[in-house]
Amino acid sequence: MTIPVSISVNGRRYDREVEPRLLLVHFIRDVLGLTGTKVGCDTSQCGSCTILLDGVSAKACTCLAVQADGASVTTIEGLAGDSELHPLQESFWNKHGLQCGYCTPGMILASHELLRCNSDPSAEEIRHGLEGNMCRCTGYQNIVRAVRDAAETIQGGTS
Amino acid sequence: MSASTFGSGIRRREDPRLITGSASYTDDITLPGTLHAALLRSPYAHARINGIDTSQAAAAQGVVAVYTSADTEGEIAPSPCAWLLPDSGLTIADYHCVAKDTVRYVGDIVAVVVAETRHEAYDALDLIEVDYEPLDAVVEPKKAAADGAPQLHGEIAGNQAFHWTVTGGGDIDEAFSEADVVVKETIIQQRLIPNAMEPRATLASYTAATGELTVWNTTQNPHILRFLSSLVIGVPEDRLRVIAPEVGGGFGSKIAAYPADFITMFCSKKLGAPVKWVESRSENYQATTHGRDHVQEIELAATADGKIKGLRATVWAGMGAYLSTAAPGIPTILHGLMLSGVYDIPAIHEDVYGLYTNTTPVEAYRGAGRPEATFMVERLVDLLAAKLGLDPAEVRRRNFIPKFDNGHDVVTGLTYDSGNYDGALSKLLAESDYQQLRAEQAEARKSGRYIGLGLSTYVEICGLGPSQVAGAIGFQGGLWESAIVRFHPSGKVHVMIGASPHGQGEETTFAQIIAGELGVSPDDVKVIHGDTDNTPMGWGTYGSRTTAVGGAALALAARKIRDKAKVIAAHLLEAAVEDMDYDDGKFFVKGSPDSSKTIQDIALMANVAWNMPEGVEAGLEATTFYDPPNFVFPYGAHLAVVEVDAESGNVELKRYVAVDDCGPQINPVIVEGQVHGGIVQGIGQALWEEGVYDDDGQLLTGTMLDYALPRADRLPDIEVHSTVTPSPHHPLGVKGIGEAGTIASTAAVYNAVIDALAPLGVEAVNMPLTPERVWRSIQAAQGRN
Repeated sequence: MTIPVSISVNGRRYDREVEPRLLLVHFIRDVLGLTGTKVGCDTSQCGSCTILLDGVSAKACTCLAVQADGASVTTIEGLAGDSELHPLQESFWNKHGLQCGYCTPGMILASHELLRCNSDPSAEEIRHGLEGNMCRCTGYQNIVRAVRDAAETIQGGTS
Repeated sequence: MSASTFGSGIRRREDPRLITGSASYTDDITLPGTLHAALLRSPYAHARINGIDTSQAAAAQGVVAVYTSADTEGEIAPSPCAWLLPDSGLTIADYHCVAKDTVRYVGDIVAVVVAETRHEAYDALDLIEVDYEPLDAVVEPKKAAADGAPQLHGEIAGNQAFHWTVTGGGDIDEAFSEADVVVKETIIQQRLIPNAMEPRATLASYTAATGELTVWNTTQNPHILRFLSSLVIGVPEDRLRVIAPEVGGGFGSKIAAYPADFITMFCSKKLGAPVKWVESRSENYQATTHGRDHVQEIELAATADGKIKGLRATVWAGMGAYLSTAAPGIPTILHGLMLSGVYDIPAIHEDVYGLYTNTTPVEAYRGAGRPEATFMVERLVDLLAAKLGLDPAEVRRRNFIPKFDNGHDVVTGLTYDSGNYDGALSKLLAESDYQQLRAEQAEARKSGRYIGLGLSTYVEICGLGPSQVAGAIGFQGGLWESAIVRFHPSGKVHVMIGASPHGQGEETTFAQIIAGELGVSPDDVKVIHGDTDNTPMGWGTYGSRTTAVGGAALALAARKIRDKAKVIAAHLLEAAVEDMDYDDGKFFVKGSPDSSKTIQDIALMANVAWNMPEGVEAGLEATTFYDPPNFVFPYGAHLAVVEVDAESGNVELKRYVAVDDCGPQINPVIVEGQVHGGIVQGIGQALWEEGVYDDDGQLLTGTMLDYALPRADRLPDIEVHSTVTPSPHHPLGVKGIGEAGTIASTAAVYNAVIDALAPLGVEAVNMPLTPERVWRSIQAAQGRN
């Protein structure tokens, strides 16, 4: 059995027939071929699959594709929009906020959510805000620096 | 300008593709017509297989094939162990890629389903009927050695994989009989699960018409995987191409060549179609190699004034149900030979028993043997300090090997390259304001607060290593590295290396090496790795060896280029070669720097070859095979400051200060990142992480929900410092830094917690130091259990 869905991803609408059990993350990766979103676990712990669902962060492994019918999804591929890089991407690069890069797309989108809710977070608030995203390489320290740096860039740009 | 980029913290070349989602990891690659494999794994830790019925699965929707050992027998050889530890009575149990009649750990492979989609393959697994006859299991290494323990492999007595010893220096029994003081402890180095964020995966594509097999795999060492796969699958090495695309961390867990990889290759060969297998995280916990798992009984003999006279230990090392690719060398060579640590210890003896247990095979995990050694030594030194009422820093100082620049022999047989251990500790004590911290600790105790300071002064062996030594210690490969440097006509450079970085940043640091040696911009250098068809042979990225060995190969290749370029420049400037000088990418006649040829000029001339010196070949390219004369020995001193809540047992890590010495730093920002990550993994072992099996061999920590990985909100900022002591034998003086943090930090945090608990009478707590364990230990010490 398949069900029709219409999901907008990074500004483009996709109409597809999917199995009801298909996870949104598999829809994004396997059906649409947008592989920037990663799968790191099967218990919704690691946060590697974090995306924006109607502008709010969500772990794409906790959501069925059919639940996202009619929704608008942003993945790492679409985060920068018309710019070359989003300030968060730039800051992760500048502050060495990644090593193997596998957690990075999810980490950047979770950081996006963090800054959406708190545009000027302290280091401690960043650590709490990202406790749902696992990184095994960096020890998180440079991720915290990167998010702080992005917050300053974004504030500088809007003030 | 460009030469100065060696040593500067430039941004990584790797990052633009990683931060935009453009990088391709193995699971991101799908070929037309790709089929998907799923593996049926044993739910029992030990059982006889009386029968398997695959008929329903084979008939299920989308299923292309179902294979059991009946199909793979004779087609897939047993998964090889490639470290044949000498003089140890090593017994290697056959590791059948698909279990034949017995399964020996939860996760042992019983059957494989290949289907058109991943979902269909997993659906069909549920339709396979296996008639298991459960057998008794044993999961703890010391219990596996006991009389009457369940036996894993009928032909191997007492579950013993090996018994290895190291004896060095004076008479160990005499050292203990004549000692003023002896301190002892039993340590459980708990089993750890590496948890690289990218699960393992294989995509195999066989072309029957050419007999060629291309394999994309999440490996740390594609050339080793090619070699072993050719032996196991029977595709000749020249027809096998292994590609490690983007690899999402390894930490040792992607060294081994796994049964699942061979099975995927077999399926592709059998079906003549691309086949992909990707493990789930739960599968990763069950079947990707684990680390540590030692029981250590250790003791130290010393004089009344704190001089160490001898160290003696017996270790039971759990190897899992089978010996993984490099497993026998980890708790032995990489562990026992490091028991002198940073100290002058006149007599050392260790027995290591490697035991088969009904658990996931154990392999290298970040540090691989050295964290287990450092922990032993650093615990003993702290116990000695406590026994003598001395400050732990002072006991260390009384026993340090004095500063040396060019070789120091320790009794285990190693020659350390260079070190200034007292220098590192002195810097640590100054940077952390140690005396002030001690004063604050004393003050806090008066008000019932339990603050602890923990030191760890370490040295580690890495940059593996001289190939002659590899042969002598039974490693079934070389340990050299190679590099090709190729200048294109426009002066841009390709570097091809045999090592296979997977997050460590060598695409950047190796470009910086070229910049430093040849004066080109790092932006003009592309570093190519991870594909056996277009890189030279290499022995892989592990043991902090990529920069220490591969980086040396690269520097020497660059120097060959410089030598050739100088000859061409002399010809073009109509000067004698011996009159030529070089500085930062320019060749000129001595004293006349204004009239020069740049390396780019030379690259163009060498490639068009219109006007070459007589007898000089066209092209500007060099290849080097670098076999190191010795290992390298990074070292350092770390301090952890903790506060323990005696009411709840919770440990708060308040500060962490590190001084590390990896020689000259090619890119200090990348070094700092390695230090951060390494330290946090070691903190994880001390405080949170443990792979737990129940007595029946069921993995209780089988998901990220149950296994406590370090999280951002539980950690302080780490304060990173360094000293610089070049390695005397390395062309760039550099040592490794990938594992140092992990090697040091577990002991620092553990010592800090025990220091905090000292006023409460607690002397030891098994790791990880969870609130419950700490609380119970306080209750027991206070007589409240």
